[in-house]
Amino acid sequence: MKFLGIIWGNLKRKKLRTSLTLLSVFVAFLLFGLLCTIKESFTAGVAVAGADRLIVRHKVSLIMTLPESYRARMERIEGVSSAVHFTWFNGIYQNEPKNFFATMPTDPEPFLELYPEFLLPEEQKQAWLTTRTGCIVGRALADRFGWKVGDRLPLMSPLWPREGDEAWEFDIVGIFDGAKKGTDTSGMYFRYDYFEEARANGKGEVGWYGVRVADPDRAEDVARMIDAEFANSPFETKAEPEGAFIQGFAQQIGDIGTMLIAIVSAVFFTILLVAGNTMAQSVRERTVELGVLKAIGFTNERVLALVLVESCIIAIIGGGAGLATAWLITLGGSPAPSMLAVFYLPTYYILAGIAFIFGLGIVSGFLPAVQAMRLQIAVALRRHA
Amino acid sequence: MNWLLQVISISIFSLRTIPQRTGAALATAVGIGGVVAVFVGVLSIAEGFRAAMTVPGGKDVAIVLRSGADSEMTSGLTRDETRLIADSPGIVRGAEGALVSSELFVMINLPKRSTGTDANVPLRGVEKAGTEIRGDLKIVEGKMFELGKNEIIAGAGAARAFAGLDVGKKIRVGQNEWEVVGLFTGGGGSAESEVWTDAAVLQPAYNRGDTFQSVYVKLTSPEAFQTFKDALTTNPQLKVKTLLQSEFLAEQSSMLTGFIQNVGVFITSLMALGALFGALNTMYSAVSARTREIATLRALGFGATPIVLSVLVESLFLAIVGGALGAAAAYFAFDGFKASTINFQTFSQVAFAFTVTPQLLVNAIIWAAIIGLVGGLFPAIRAARMPIATALRET
Repeated sequence: MKFLGIIWGNLKRKKLRTSLTLLSVFVAFLLFGLLCTIKESFTAGVAVAGADRLIVRHKVSLIMTLPESYRARMERIEGVSSAVHFTWFNGIYQNEPKNFFATMPTDPEPFLELYPEFLLPEEQKQAWLTTRTGCIVGRALADRFGWKVGDRLPLMSPLWPREGDEAWEFDIVGIFDGAKKGTDTSGMYFRYDYFEEARANGKGEVGWYGVRVADPDRAEDVARMIDAEFANSPFETKAEPEGAFIQGFAQQIGDIGTMLIAIVSAVFFTILLVAGNTMAQSVRERTVELGVLKAIGFTNERVLALVLVESCIIAIIGGGAGLATAWLITLGGSPAPSMLAVFYLPTYYILAGIAFIFGLGIVSGFLPAVQAMRLQIAVALRRHA
Repeated sequence: MNWLLQVISISIFSLRTIPQRTGAALATAVGIGGVVAVFVGVLSIAEGFRAAMTVPGGKDVAIVLRSGADSEMTSGLTRDETRLIADSPGIVRGAEGALVSSELFVMINLPKRSTGTDANVPLRGVEKAGTEIRGDLKIVEGKMFELGKNEIIAGAGAARAFAGLDVGKKIRVGQNEWEVVGLFTGGGGSAESEVWTDAAVLQPAYNRGDTFQSVYVKLTSPEAFQTFKDALTTNPQLKVKTLLQSEFLAEQSSMLTGFIQNVGVFITSLMALGALFGALNTMYSAVSARTREIATLRALGFGATPIVLSVLVESLFLAIVGGALGAAAAYFAFDGFKASTINFQTFSQVAFAFTVTPQLLVNAIIWAAIIGLVGGLFPAIRAARMPIATALRET
């Protein structure tokens, strides 16, 4: 502790250089934090997928519909405890495709029961069950457009025109939160009975099913049984665990996600290299002083520690500020809600960032520190000339 | 002494001292090279995607969707509507009738060759005139599909990216089997990422009845577009929106290109900041290491401006060398890289190649030069302002 003064003095000696180095470390870790956030968003949902849930869709493609009657047939299959259907509504708000958000009709009661990660206050739930035109919106979505409970929400749907070609009207009766950080609250759900009654075509058709299995360990078996149940019918299904479905969907973004991440990782390490080099440089310039310290009785270990602590301080202050800023930015919500629905910095990436911070401090300080430690006093003192 | 000569001689002098500071100089060049590589790399994704979604010419092809539809996927038109559209003025009429193709646009799941995971591959049903409307469509392997048969042709991009799309192979879609009989290039826009077949065969396979999703027409001239569009808008029996194919494609790719560009510019700006701090550090240490030298030059009668300029020349030199290396690295690493991704606006895959355009390289070097200039300017000013006497005494 008593040597903090020396370290502080060293940091202050070239204020400009110290601040520039701090700033580049800051930028590197800011970038790191945001990169991890984007990466998390690309694979959003995998981490929070329910292990006891399956997704059942039309075998040919997700855009093909299934009969609503499949629900009852699925619930009769052994190992299935409940099923609820969704349909891709493709609602367009204010006739502006940029305002895109997910809109789906579903059955309120089984839906809330099957997806406990959507937290809806009890009185809002009751309001949804009693309001035919009621809909619930996620917190992120409500914040994005500044909606509150009681607002009226008109949407157009090119896929599902309403009878008479009028706009669909919904009443926002609830705003749901996510139970976990990764829960997607950027969507809107409304009642299937209202949808079914008012749609102009495709009556009795739904998009896909969410199915709860009684025993998560048997999820794969149940999926096979569901597919077998509907094999050779005009509507064959493909059932798979929710995690696998989301993973597969994330794979569709494919190469772009991988490339972005590869590129930004390259950036991160380049900046670290440059900053590390500067930090090492500043130690090398002080060889003589380190020689003096040793001449007046500092042990090798103490010199090593002095140098390492100094480089770690720069890494911790710069990197910590960078990570914290990235975290603060994610609190502000997604800058591109239609592309990155979930936008948060997961704890494991924060921990990885902290590991990188110490890595930077130790690696950039270590080489010059070892050199300094091995230095013979006489050589060091002579180096000046 | 000649002012210009001063600038040149000090600049050469300082450039020749770079080898003595290899580490720091290299760090600057690498930092700036990294910025340039990232800039070029990320934006080449956007350029490639845009290139895949544009159509050469395309000013005489119009597409008609149901009004309110934001893509072919969400559009729907009945047979009666497509007939009315085909009868409108402004369309080329040949020996076999009007050049009109009513089309279906659906999806099949095919595994990606790279990962083996399912991807939404667009499957388009076209009518006979469909290929003629897109003038540049060429069968490069196998043959064209026959009308009325379960035969498909695959775009070259789709065939490269998705498993099963090889000539002679069969793929199963629901209850039906389809034979891949040919591969094609061209077709405009993202056609090369698609699989094509006869619309009349596709309708029953996807339970579509006698409906379509879009109508493509060949216009007699680009000027005929207004006539055609007006005829459709004023027809009370139709509720449609009419777009030039080029406009339509630009709209369909706007979200993804916009996103990649924003991410690219944002990352590059942050990285440029990081590199700028690095460059500033290097140049400040370069100047401080040469304090006595610079003071000596001043004492000998060299002016302040030549000193400033020489420092700038040095940092510009480092920046441009680093930038050029970064640009070259990015060009070799990224140009032509084949990739595919999902376009959320159409909910289907687009196969494309990263494209490093000359414009991109020029912009990248400009970025590098700006970083070099800014990174050198402040240290240069400090160098010029040093009081000669104290600087000479400095160790």
